[in-house]
Amino acid sequence: MTTAISVKNIGKQYKIGAAESKFRYNMLRDVIVDTVSAPIRLAKAMIGKSDRRMNQNYVWALKDVSFDLEEGKVLGIVGRNGAGKSTLLKILSRVTEPTAGTVSVRGRVGSLLEVGTGFHPELTGRENIYMNGAILGMRRAEIDSKFDEIVDFSEVTQYIDTPVKRYSSGMYLRLAFAVAAHLEPEILVVDEVLAVGDAEFQKKCLGKMGDVAQQGRTVLFVSHNMSAILRLTQEAIVLNKGQLLMRAPTQEAVDFYLSSGQAQAGQRVWDVEDVPAASAPFRPISLKIMNRSGKAVDTVRSTEPVTVEFEYQLNAPVTGLRVGMYLSTMRGEYVLTSFDTDAPDLFEQFDSRNAGRYISRAEIPADIFNEGRYTIGVNASSFGVRRYFMDENAIAFNVDISGAPGTHWPEPRVGPVRPRLNWKIEKIGD
Amino acid sequence: MTEITKHEPHTIYIKPSKGLAALNLRDLWVYRELIFFMVWRDVKVKYKQTLLGMAWAVIQPLMTMLVFTFLFDKVAKLPTEGIPYPVFSFTALLPWGLFVVALNQGSRSLVAHNNMVTKIYFPRLILPMSSVFAGLVDFVIAFVILVGLMIYYQVAPAWNLLWTLPLFLLLAIVTALGVALWLSAINVQYRDVNQALPFLTQFWLFATPVAYSASVISAKWQVLYFLNPMAGVVNGFRWALLGTGNGPDITLWVSTGISILIFISGLFYFRSMERTFADTI
Repeated sequence: MTTAISVKNIGKQYKIGAAESKFRYNMLRDVIVDTVSAPIRLAKAMIGKSDRRMNQNYVWALKDVSFDLEEGKVLGIVGRNGAGKSTLLKILSRVTEPTAGTVSVRGRVGSLLEVGTGFHPELTGRENIYMNGAILGMRRAEIDSKFDEIVDFSEVTQYIDTPVKRYSSGMYLRLAFAVAAHLEPEILVVDEVLAVGDAEFQKKCLGKMGDVAQQGRTVLFVSHNMSAILRLTQEAIVLNKGQLLMRAPTQEAVDFYLSSGQAQAGQRVWDVEDVPAASAPFRPISLKIMNRSGKAVDTVRSTEPVTVEFEYQLNAPVTGLRVGMYLSTMRGEYVLTSFDTDAPDLFEQFDSRNAGRYISRAEIPADIFNEGRYTIGVNASSFGVRRYFMDENAIAFNVDISGAPGTHWPEPRVGPVRPRLNWKIEKIGD
Repeated sequence: MTEITKHEPHTIYIKPSKGLAALNLRDLWVYRELIFFMVWRDVKVKYKQTLLGMAWAVIQPLMTMLVFTFLFDKVAKLPTEGIPYPVFSFTALLPWGLFVVALNQGSRSLVAHNNMVTKIYFPRLILPMSSVFAGLVDFVIAFVILVGLMIYYQVAPAWNLLWTLPLFLLLAIVTALGVALWLSAINVQYRDVNQALPFLTQFWLFATPVAYSASVISAKWQVLYFLNPMAGVVNGFRWALLGTGNGPDITLWVSTGISILIFISGLFYFRSMERTFADTI
C-alpha cells in the first residue's frame, strides 16, 4: 500500500485581536500622530515589517499534528468547533499554507466544500459547468467527456442553456454538486456537506461519498454528524484545540469524543478571552440547548419542547437591557427572533438590572422545527442605545423529526418549521 | 472512466515557504485553461443585461476622445505634431484604456473573488492576469475604431514603424500587470487601495501624454517624466502608429526599465504575500 497523505508536525498560526488597537485613541494627539504616521505604516506593512505585530496575539489553530493515510482509506475527522478540522482541510487542499511542518500529498485533491465556487449567475448552466470544472482543476477535454453525465446527474437537462440566476436554489445546488462530484481526484476532502441542502440532496451527497470510497479513492471526511462518520469511515482522528488527541477505529474514536466531554453537545461556554472588551459590563458565560429532561444535547426531537438557557454576568447595573436569540437555519434563513423581556410583566421587572449573575431561559414549544440543523445567535443590547454583545453563531443543534406530523410519508418537506396544525376534514356533500 | 484521468499521480509537497517564494510557473501552466475561462467569463458577463451590449466598448473611448477633442483641441488648442486631434488622442486611449481596466479590475480581482481564494487552490496569479487579458478584448475593438478614424481623417499609418506595435502592446501589458500585481496583493490586506483607485487613475491620466503631446514637456524634465512607464507606452504607440516623436531614445528605455522593475518586483511581492491571502482576505 502506498501512502496518499503524509502529514508531519503541521502547525498553523493565526493572528487575532488586531482590531482592538484601532480603537484605542484617547486624545486628538493620538489621532494626529496616527494619521501622520500612516504612510510610514503602509510602507512598513508592504515590506512585511508591520509594527502592528506588537498589538497582536497569535493562536495556534493547529499544532504539531502528524498522521499518514494510505491510499484508498476513508478517514473521519471529528472535533468541536475551532478544533482545527477546517484548517487541516484547508492546508491539505493548499488553500492556506501551514506555519510549520510538511505535508506530502500524492495526487490531486478535490473537495466537496467548494460546491458552486466560481458559479456566475449570468452564465448558463452549460457555461458554468465548464467554468466551475476549470476552477476545480479539470481539463476541458475531461469536462467534455463527462459533460452528459454531469447534466444527467444534476437533473437540470432542460434548463442547461438558461442563466443560473433563473434557477431555483435546489437546481443550483444540484448542478454545483454534480460538477464537484464528477471531478475525479485521487483524494477527496468533504467538509460538512451534510449541513447544506435538503434531506434529498444530503442523501445524494452521502451516496456519492460511499461510491467514491468504494472506487478505492482516499477520502477525508469532516462532520459533526456522528452517525454519518460511523457509516462512512473505518478510522477517525479526534482533534481538540488544534492538537491530535487520538487516532483509532471510528467507533472507538467517536466514543472517546462523545464521552470525553469535549464534544460539549448542546453547550457553548465563553472563556474570558473569548469575550471582546467592548462587551463590558455584559459578560456571556454559557448557552445550553436542553431536552425535556434538562440534559444539554446536540440533537433534539421535533416532538418535544426545547429549552434554551443563556447564562451571563452583569458587572455593573444596566438599564433597558434585553437579552435574546436569533434562530436560523444552517442556510442562513431566519426562523425567529425573541427577547427575554418580550412579555410586559418581565419588561417591567427586568428592564433595569443590577449587577449580578443571571440566567435567561426560554422554552421553545414542541412541534416547531422541521428536520435539519439550526443555529442560535445571542444578543444583549439596550434598545436604541447600545449593543453589548452579539454572537450570530453561538451554537448549533440538530432536529430529529421521528414522530413529527406527516413522517409516515418518507419524503423531505420544505420549510424550516413543521408545526402540528389542527386540521379538520369535513365531508360537506355527496 | 476515460483515459485522461489515468495519469500517474504526482506528489505535492506542502510546507511553509520562506523568503522570496519560488514563482512556481509550472502550476500556472497546469492551470492555463483556467486563465482562458476566466477571461472568457469576464468578457461574456461584462455587458450582460445592458441595452447596448458590446457597443459600450466602442462608446466609452469614443466619448472620452470627443471630450478631449473639445477641451484640449477646440478650447486649449494643444499642439499635436500635425495629426488631427481625434486620431492623436484616440491612439493614446488604446493602451490607456487597457491600463485602466488592469488598474481597476486587476487591483480588485483578489478581493472580488474571495470565495474562490478562501475555498480552493489555484495559482492566485491567475486572477490579476485574467483581468488584464480581458481588457485586451476591448482593446481590439477600440483598435478597429482607430483604423476607421485614421481612414476618415486620412492619416497614413507609419508603415515602417508598425511592426513595433506588438512590442509596445507587450510593454503596456507588462506595465498594467505589474501595477495590478502590486495593488491586488496590497488590497487583500488594506482596502485603502479601493479608496485610492479613482484618484490614482485620474492622477495617472494627467501624468501620461494621453490628452497632450509628450513634446510639451521641456527637455530637462523628459527623463524624469518618463519614469512613468505609461508615458513610454503611450508615446511608443503614437510613434509606431502615427510616426510622431523621434522614436526609441533614452526616454523609452527609462520607461521600459521602470516597467520591468514594477513587474518583476510585483511578481515577487505577490508570491510572497500569496501564502497569507486566504487568511487575511
